[in-house]
Amino acid sequence: MQARRLRTAVSLVAVAALAVGAAGCAESDRGDDSSGEAKTGGTFIFAGAGDPKNFDPIFNDDGESFRPVRQMYDTLIQHKPGTADLVGGLAESWEHDPDGKVWTFKLRQGVKFHDGTPFNSAAVCYNFDRWYNMKGAAAQSQMIYYQDVFGGFAKNEAEGAGQALYNKCEAKDDGTAVVTLNQYKGAFPGAFALTALSIASPDALKKGDADTVKQNGDSFEYSSFATTTPVGTGPFTFGGWDKAKNEITLNRNPDYWGDKAKVDKVIIKVIKDENTRKQELRAGTVQGIDFPAPADRKALSGEGFQVLDRPAFNILYLGINQKNPKLKDLRVRQAIAYALNRQQLVQTKGPGGTKVADEFMPDTVLGYAPDVQKYEYNPDKAKQLLKDAGAEGLTLNFYYPPDVSRPYMPNPQEIFTVLANDLQAVGIKVNGVPRPWNGGFKDDVQQFGKQDLHILGWTGDYNDPGNFVGTFFGRGKVEFGDQAMTEMFEAIAKADGTVDEAGKKAAWEQVNRDIAAKWLPAVPVWHAPPAIVVTKDVQGLTASPLTDERFNTVSVSK
Amino acid sequence: MLRVIVRRLLQLVVTLIALSALIFIWLRNLPGGPVEALLGERATPERRALLIKALGYDQPILVQYGKFMQRVLTGDLGNSIRSGDPVTDVIARAFPATIELAAAAMIIAVGLGVPLGYLAARYRGRLLDNLTIAGTLLGISIPIFFLGYLLKDVLTQDIHWFPPSGRISTGMDNTTVTGFYVLDGLLTRELDASADALWHLILPAITLATIPLAVIVRITRASVLDVLNEDYVRTAEAKGLRHRTIRGRHILRNALLPVVTTIGLQTGALLSGAVLTEKVYNWGGLGTLITDSISGGRDYPVLQAIILLAALVFVLVNLLVDLSYAFIDPRVRVR
Amino acid sequence: MTDPTTRPGVGKPRTGDSPAGTSAEDPAGQPGDGPAGHRERSIGRLGDRKRARLDELARATADPGGVSLYRDALRRLRRNPVAIVGAVIVGLFVLVAIFAPLIAPHDPVQRFDELTRDLTVDSIPGATAGHPFGSDPLGRDFFSRMIHGSRQTLFVGVLATLIGLTLGVLLGAVAGAFGGWVDVVLMRLTDVMLALPSLLLAITLVAMASRSSQWTVIFAVAIVSVPIFARLLRGSMLAQRESDHVLAARALGVKERNIVLRHMLPNSLTAVIVQATLTFAVAILDAAALSFLGLGDPDINRAEWGLMLGVDGQRYFEVRPELAYYPALAIIVVALGFTLLGEAMREAIDPKNRR
Repeated sequence: MQARRLRTAVSLVAVAALAVGAAGCAESDRGDDSSGEAKTGGTFIFAGAGDPKNFDPIFNDDGESFRPVRQMYDTLIQHKPGTADLVGGLAESWEHDPDGKVWTFKLRQGVKFHDGTPFNSAAVCYNFDRWYNMKGAAAQSQMIYYQDVFGGFAKNEAEGAGQALYNKCEAKDDGTAVVTLNQYKGAFPGAFALTALSIASPDALKKGDADTVKQNGDSFEYSSFATTTPVGTGPFTFGGWDKAKNEITLNRNPDYWGDKAKVDKVIIKVIKDENTRKQELRAGTVQGIDFPAPADRKALSGEGFQVLDRPAFNILYLGINQKNPKLKDLRVRQAIAYALNRQQLVQTKGPGGTKVADEFMPDTVLGYAPDVQKYEYNPDKAKQLLKDAGAEGLTLNFYYPPDVSRPYMPNPQEIFTVLANDLQAVGIKVNGVPRPWNGGFKDDVQQFGKQDLHILGWTGDYNDPGNFVGTFFGRGKVEFGDQAMTEMFEAIAKADGTVDEAGKKAAWEQVNRDIAAKWLPAVPVWHAPPAIVVTKDVQGLTASPLTDERFNTVSVSK
Repeated sequence: MLRVIVRRLLQLVVTLIALSALIFIWLRNLPGGPVEALLGERATPERRALLIKALGYDQPILVQYGKFMQRVLTGDLGNSIRSGDPVTDVIARAFPATIELAAAAMIIAVGLGVPLGYLAARYRGRLLDNLTIAGTLLGISIPIFFLGYLLKDVLTQDIHWFPPSGRISTGMDNTTVTGFYVLDGLLTRELDASADALWHLILPAITLATIPLAVIVRITRASVLDVLNEDYVRTAEAKGLRHRTIRGRHILRNALLPVVTTIGLQTGALLSGAVLTEKVYNWGGLGTLITDSISGGRDYPVLQAIILLAALVFVLVNLLVDLSYAFIDPRVRVR
Repeated sequence: MTDPTTRPGVGKPRTGDSPAGTSAEDPAGQPGDGPAGHRERSIGRLGDRKRARLDELARATADPGGVSLYRDALRRLRRNPVAIVGAVIVGLFVLVAIFAPLIAPHDPVQRFDELTRDLTVDSIPGATAGHPFGSDPLGRDFFSRMIHGSRQTLFVGVLATLIGLTLGVLLGAVAGAFGGWVDVVLMRLTDVMLALPSLLLAITLVAMASRSSQWTVIFAVAIVSVPIFARLLRGSMLAQRESDHVLAARALGVKERNIVLRHMLPNSLTAVIVQATLTFAVAILDAAALSFLGLGDPDINRAEWGLMLGVDGQRYFEVRPELAYYPALAIIVVALGFTLLGEAMREAIDPKNRR
């Protein structure tokens, strides 16, 4: 770490003093290389849990696609390894005006894309303009994160899509890019660190016809940029994707601006079955795996593997649908909260390091209130509340997805069974309704609102309360039934629009207190840390709460 | 004969069109589906609407089907929803994997099953016979995924004799010619790749071979016993022919006919087993593709293509068998 | 996974075990196709061997010896050690299933404090006082779940078999009774179903179902056996159609409907029952396979062996392998029992073995 800073600083000073361009910097980097102090060579083979979609960051929204993308691209702002805190990436520093609308990025100098073209403010603006001006329903429908952050496009293909937050991007000089927004939003600046908003080479984007997403029947065909020629600034370059073998190869970028990769090559091997990933690790055929089964963690660390827990940046909740008039009564919802023995659930079924959740975001996020109303396990109180509300003999349809494993919900069948058991114990009759994750669960729950209760969760994208609480309760949703909890929606909108840090913190803390005591639209269940496992020969991997692991610091000793 | 073939082919086309319409419409009326799969937790009503529009799901189902058929006529079966790759590519990648596995399993089943069955019949009622029968009974009563699990646990985890999954070592830089890795290695003289692929193949092939092996052992045994009771064998024995001659000329030749038929008919059972075996060993063949496209991403283009291809292959093979029988045996009339 | 019709015979060899469609006694290769049989079906399509076996079983009942048939078969069954072993296993299994609530010490879905206390996701308590098999992954009594598992497993197996049997018998009876084009169409349909890999058919059915439940599993597993029963019944009816006792009844002026219901159907049922015994084993194996693939019964509260093996057994194999071993062993033994009994019964009613 120290060495890296020092080297970066030295090279920057050198750049400034000598006022030489990118070539000089690249040369000095190469000089570093030949001394051989960092590079260890070899190949790092890592087992991922699913196929990536493609390698154009903007068209992706899932962790398996982001894993290779993170190695090949950089974002303007990055996360400090192992945290959700922001540090300089392609931008060395950034600042905004008091309204939070004008964002000025001081860009790192001497950075080059893998294709040799320079990274500068024109490249940054090219990317922002590309996203904003994207045409076609097919392309727009795949830009999940862009829409999440910026609301809309220059020309929206779908009715009901929001007003675009993005206004313009100007290249003030070669090293300064100014992004202007129409309106501030709490997501900034955290959103600039989203992997989906990585900066790609304008030249390669044009050559690879990146904006063309063809709709063919009921699927999309991506451009050659997205599939075979992705070009970024990251520590690794794209080596290829052998789909028959499920292997993605990434090669070391010897001209990387930051910490150059220590290994020559990274292979990401896709193994969907968690059990098989573990067995491959044991057999020594891969050096790292993602998402080990919670049941295997202890055994693996006992065998000498390094089980790295990611700080929990997620939430599992029990949703309550107020379309059911009985559940409209706060006392009934509180009774449900009191009926759940979440401490026992965490102990018996939580992966190591799991904590009972009292709020809908982890305590590392700004605005977490230490003093919200807590619902300790109390079946008697639950029964009493049900009695007071005249809701004895309540029967509830409890929806759950039996066939999926999410980081916040490794085993929904078991979680459902335990929670249902607790509810039955206080006299609530539970009618379990299993629906496949992609076969009706989310549609039934989020679109049709068929359920009374359901379990679902969320993994955060960046350090912003709006990304957690705002996503769930920021507006009327079928999922929670009540479209008219305007008091809650307004409080959240206000907190999200507050630019000043202290005011923002206070506003969100109050929102969290009120959610727990007054509104209780759902019951937070737990924060469960997902893990990543590597062999003892692997050094330098830092587990990230955002699953934002970069492999340039990884070395493999043999 | 020609008229028969033409008529059967016409029947085939009509069947396939009806089947494709049925599958197409049915799949699209199931709850959930690709839109849900693509959006994950991040679905909002607007996003859903945009994606539905982009995928053309807002059009009437018959219009969608019409467009689908239009593309099929140009040889385009659509693209995988997950990867965007043409479905034909996706299937073409998975196909050799399953064939390689099935072929290896069949080689084991036949290579081991016929001699065992013969020996069991020769030494009927003796220890070998009883052991063989007990073994085959166990073979058909054990859930093969459980057997696969046990084999994998002992032979890849407790002792590292075999690799736990996959078709070839990660990072093996081999040239792909046919997609059958063992064969490719031989063709391109990359013998290390060939050996490596073979090493990966052994455990899955043994697992998959269990049921066909049990069946072939018993068919061979029964069939050899049948022949042993035939008059010509008794005659041969009475004539004092050497045992080896009898075995070669009479018993095996006659006993193997039904065995050969059985081998062909085990193909279906083999494919069923392949779904389970491929899941246990992360094999990446058609079986994996089917389960993935159902439970994973609801990849309807892939799923409907596989079902249609399976139907096509089945009907075509059926037709060929009919015709060949008619060719071989003039008494059989094909109608 | 396995197909009951391709399961080989047990014990003594039988000449009838010749597997090809063209057996020695049927040079033209239309076993079971009675005089009214349809020649084009005999020409060795993919389902041929399955059909050959079914037709053979069907033929066995073509010439009923009245009461003596059963007495005869029973006598032979009692002497066959294979049959006795099979019958004992099946009998024990059914008894345990019936009396499960009396045998099991606890409620199979109740969670026990003494078990949950030491339960974590990576360690599951073993045997303790009152819990001879220890805990399951949710702090429930594993022994009680194994005992109750017999009940649920019997339920799945019996229902799947019954549904398959009922539908198959209906189809077969209709085909056999009507003959003509109805017969051709129905049998063509069963041909197609027979030739499809059974588990693939079940998987496709589960995928095509709009929701997953215990019933989709039962139904998917049942459908696989429908063509088998249909073939069997039709073959048996056709074989009887020209048999002496039916001709005699017809000559006596008994109504055709009564001939079918009173004479032909009861005789055919013997073969159907034998086949049902074999189908049961396949049903519980297939249900377990579906659970393993993640397409089985989603309710893990239900103690069913296939579900326990396919879900908990897989997930916690390294934490507590007994969670896989015990249900697997139970399934193997029961499947074996039904196979042994079924094969022995088939052998017993085979007219070639009649003396």
